[in-house]
Amino acid sequence: MTGFPTLSFAAALLEALPPSMDYLRILPEIVLSIFGMVIMVLDPLMDERQSRKTLGAIALAGAVAGMWATWRMARSPGVAFWNMVRVDGFSVFFHFLIIAIAAVVILISFEYMAVQQIRAGEYYGLILFGVVGMALMSSAIELVLIFIALEISSISSYVLAGFRRQEAASSESSLKYFLLGSFATAFFLYGIALIFGATGSTNVDDVSRALRSASPPLLAYVSVALMFVGLGFKVAAAPFHIWTPDVYEGAPAPIVGLMSTAPKAAAFAVLLRIVFAMNAPGPFWLIWVSAALSMTLGNIGALVQNNVKRLLAYSSIAHAGYLLVAFAATPELGTSAVMFYTAAYAAMNVGAFAIVSHFANAGERYVTLEDYEGLGRSCPLMAATLAIFLLSLIGIPMTGGFFAKFYVFSAAMKSHLIGLTIIGVINSAVGAYYYLRIIVVMYMRESRKEVPIMPVPIGLAWALAISTAATIYLGVLPNSVLRYAQHSAQEMVQQSAPMVQQSAPSGTATFGGPCACMRKL
Amino acid sequence: MVPLSYYLLLSSILFACGVAGFLIKRNIITIFMSIELMLNGVNLSFVAFAAHWHRLSGQVFVFFVMVVAAAEAAVGLAIIISVYRTRETLNVDQVNLLKL
Repeated sequence: MTGFPTLSFAAALLEALPPSMDYLRILPEIVLSIFGMVIMVLDPLMDERQSRKTLGAIALAGAVAGMWATWRMARSPGVAFWNMVRVDGFSVFFHFLIIAIAAVVILISFEYMAVQQIRAGEYYGLILFGVVGMALMSSAIELVLIFIALEISSISSYVLAGFRRQEAASSESSLKYFLLGSFATAFFLYGIALIFGATGSTNVDDVSRALRSASPPLLAYVSVALMFVGLGFKVAAAPFHIWTPDVYEGAPAPIVGLMSTAPKAAAFAVLLRIVFAMNAPGPFWLIWVSAALSMTLGNIGALVQNNVKRLLAYSSIAHAGYLLVAFAATPELGTSAVMFYTAAYAAMNVGAFAIVSHFANAGERYVTLEDYEGLGRSCPLMAATLAIFLLSLIGIPMTGGFFAKFYVFSAAMKSHLIGLTIIGVINSAVGAYYYLRIIVVMYMRESRKEVPIMPVPIGLAWALAISTAATIYLGVLPNSVLRYAQHSAQEMVQQSAPMVQQSAPSGTATFGGPCACMRKL
Repeated sequence: MVPLSYYLLLSSILFACGVAGFLIKRNIITIFMSIELMLNGVNLSFVAFAAHWHRLSGQVFVFFVMVVAAAEAAVGLAIIISVYRTRETLNVDQVNLLKL
C-alpha cells in the first residue's frame, strides 16, 4: 500500500524536472564536470608517472569536448532552469574563451608537472572544475547562482595556487589568495543580500526592471558598491590588488597563466551583466576611480620588479585598469570593447606564462630578469615568441593588444571620457618601459648565469603556436571577433532595456520598504 | 514583532565585526573565523529580507551560503595545515616570504 504515494511522488518529481532543452544549455558545464570526475576516479588507480600523461590527455580531451558542447549549446539560445541561466552570444563567447584558455594551460602543464614532480590527479581535475565555475559565471543571470559559480571557480584556484606543496612560497600564496578571496566574496554576498532587500529579487532581469521603474533606493547604491568590492578583488583592480603579486609569485606558473586570465574574464563577464544588463545605479565614479588607480599603481609597481612573475602580476593589474575604462563607457561600446580585450589579453598573457613556466625549471629557480639575459642568442625561437607577447602587451600594432587598447580607448572617447582616456594613454607609454626592459635583457645582454635550456616539448609548442596565432590573428584580422562581440553586446544590453512599459514585478509596489526602515535608524 | 531594521542593524554589526576581526587579528584561524562571521551576518539579512518580502527564496539562499561556507572551511583548513607544516607558525606577520 505504501507503493502508491511513492509512485505519485515520483510522478510529481518528474513533472517538476526541467525540460531536456535546459540541460543542453548547461552542456559544457555537464561535460567538463564529468571529465573532471573521471580524472578524480582514475587518479588512485595509476602510478605517478603514468598518471601525469594519461590524466593530462583526459583533461585535454575534456576541454575539447567542452568546446564542442559550447558549439552545441550555442545553437539553442534562451533561458534555462527557471531563469537561472541564459545562453546568448555573450555567454557563448565567454564559454569558448575560458575553455580555450584551460585547454592551452593543460598543454603547458604537461611539461611543468614532470619537471616539478607534482602529482597530477587533482591538478587536472581542479582545473576542469574551476572552469565549470567560470563558465557558469558567464551564463548565470541569477545573482545567487553567480555567487555559487564564483565560489566553485575560487575554491579550485585556491587549491591550485598551493600545488607546489613542498615550497613554503606556494602554500603562502595559496593562504593569501584564500583569505583575501573569501573576504572579498563575503562583500559580494552582502551586496546580493542588499539588492534582494531593495528589490525583492535576485534575478538580473527582475532587478533591472525594478530599478528602472522607480528611482533606486539608497540600499541599491550600497549593494552595487559592495558587489564592486567583491568583483574588484577577483579581477585584481586597485585598490583591491594587494594580493596579486604575492599570489602570482608563489603559485605554479601555468596556474598563474590560468588565473590571470580565465577567472578574470569570468568576473568581467559578471561585472558587465551587473553594470549594464542589471542597470545598476551609480557605479560610474567607482569605476572611474578604480580604473585610474589600477592603471597607475599597476604600471608604477611593475617598473621596479625584478621577478618576471611579479612583473607580469603588476602588468595584469594595469590591464584590469584598461579594461575597467570600458566599463565607464556607454553600454554597447563598453561591452564589446571588454569582450575583445579579454580575448586578446588571454591570448598574450597565457602565452607569456607558458614561456615563463618553461624557463622556470625545477622548483621555479629561474624567474628573475637576470635569468633571461642572452636568451635571444641561446634560445632564439622562444625569445622571439616571448617578444611577440610582450609587444602585444605594450599594444604595438599588428598584435591583438593594439586593437584591444584601441577599442577600449575609442569607446571611452565616444562616451566623452577624456580624462580617463588621457590617463590610460599616458599609462600605456609608462608600461612600454618595463615590457621593453625584458626584451632588451633578452637580446642586448650576454648571459652571466648558466641557465639550462631544455628542448621544447610538443605540448608546449602547440600551446605557444595557439597563443601566438591568436595574438596575431586578433591584431591583423580583428573584424570577425569584433563583429561577434558587438552583435552579442547589443543583444545583451537590449534584453534588459526596453521593457519599461511592461508590468513591473510586485516588488516595486512597496519599493521604499527597507529603505524607509534604514531612514528610521 | 521585531521590526526589519533591527535585524538589518544587527546583521551589519556582525558583518562589521567580521571585517574588523579580519583586519586586526593576527592568528590565521581567528581571521578565518572572522570571515565566517561576515558570511553569517549576511545570512541574517537574507532571512530578514525573506520575511519582509514574504519570499521563501531568501531562506533557501541561506542554505546555499552555508554549503559554500562549509566547502570553503574544508579547503581553508587544509591550506592552513599546509602553511603550518612548512612554517610552524600561525601568525600572519611571520608568513611573509613573499614581500609586498
